[in-house]
Amino acid sequence: MPPLPAEPPLTWYLILSVVLFALGIAGFLFRRNIITVFISIELMLNAVNLSFVTFSYKLKQNDGHIFSFFVMVVAAAEAAVGLAIILTVFKNRQTLEIDEVSSLKN
Amino acid sequence: MDTILFLILAVIAVGCGINVIFQKHPISSALSLVGVMGALAAMYLQLGGEFIAAAQIIVYAGAVMVLFVFVIMLLNAGKERRTSPRIWARWAGPPLLFLFVGAVAYVLESFLPPSGDVRFGGFDGGSAQAIGVRLFTQYLLPFEVTSILILIAIVGAIVLARKEID
Repeated sequence: MPPLPAEPPLTWYLILSVVLFALGIAGFLFRRNIITVFISIELMLNAVNLSFVTFSYKLKQNDGHIFSFFVMVVAAAEAAVGLAIILTVFKNRQTLEIDEVSSLKN
Repeated sequence: MDTILFLILAVIAVGCGINVIFQKHPISSALSLVGVMGALAAMYLQLGGEFIAAAQIIVYAGAVMVLFVFVIMLLNAGKERRTSPRIWARWAGPPLLFLFVGAVAYVLESFLPPSGDVRFGGFDGGSAQAIGVRLFTQYLLPFEVTSILILIAIVGAIVLARKEID
């Protein structure tokens, strides 16, 4: 095993971002609870934010920070609306299973 | 030293991320996601993003996750019912995910120009002052559009979640 570098290469951050994104995809596709699916989306957004900030470090510009700031704002708005939708779905159907919410199918 | 810090944070982030998707109870998933967000916030500090780190803690780990936990408590969401995914999904899904991670990691390692290492304090453009100047000059229009988006989101959330009045 080669000795650890004193400073982590930039690519490690990007690979961590990919790993977190893949975990988010897995949760999004395999989980059946509507809230957990939503949490997985937040995980994916966080992973993308990490790569924005990493590229910002590489390019020595803070545009990436501003993009991830906007991502955060949109995620907050999305969480508010999405959770309101979940509340409405639960009120009308008394379930949180996405398989049982299938009005648009067929 | 920076590498050790990165590795600790990465292990926390990936461990909590795995916990998010394997916990059966939504509240455990939500609290694991707070762990991921905390680790990422520390990582943003390492990358010189002080403002983003603070916003991550306040907006994400604070406001958004409180909203999640609040809704989970409100709906009294229990354990997820065990459903068996399609047979091909169970066997093809995880290998495809590993393939995705491996492919992107390969592309990053082999085609990205050598980009150097991350040194703490190597970039100081992430302070609140620097971000604020950019945000209110060059990015003023997106900023204002975002405020309209938030206004619409608030109204939409209220309309969706209000009690039906017949």
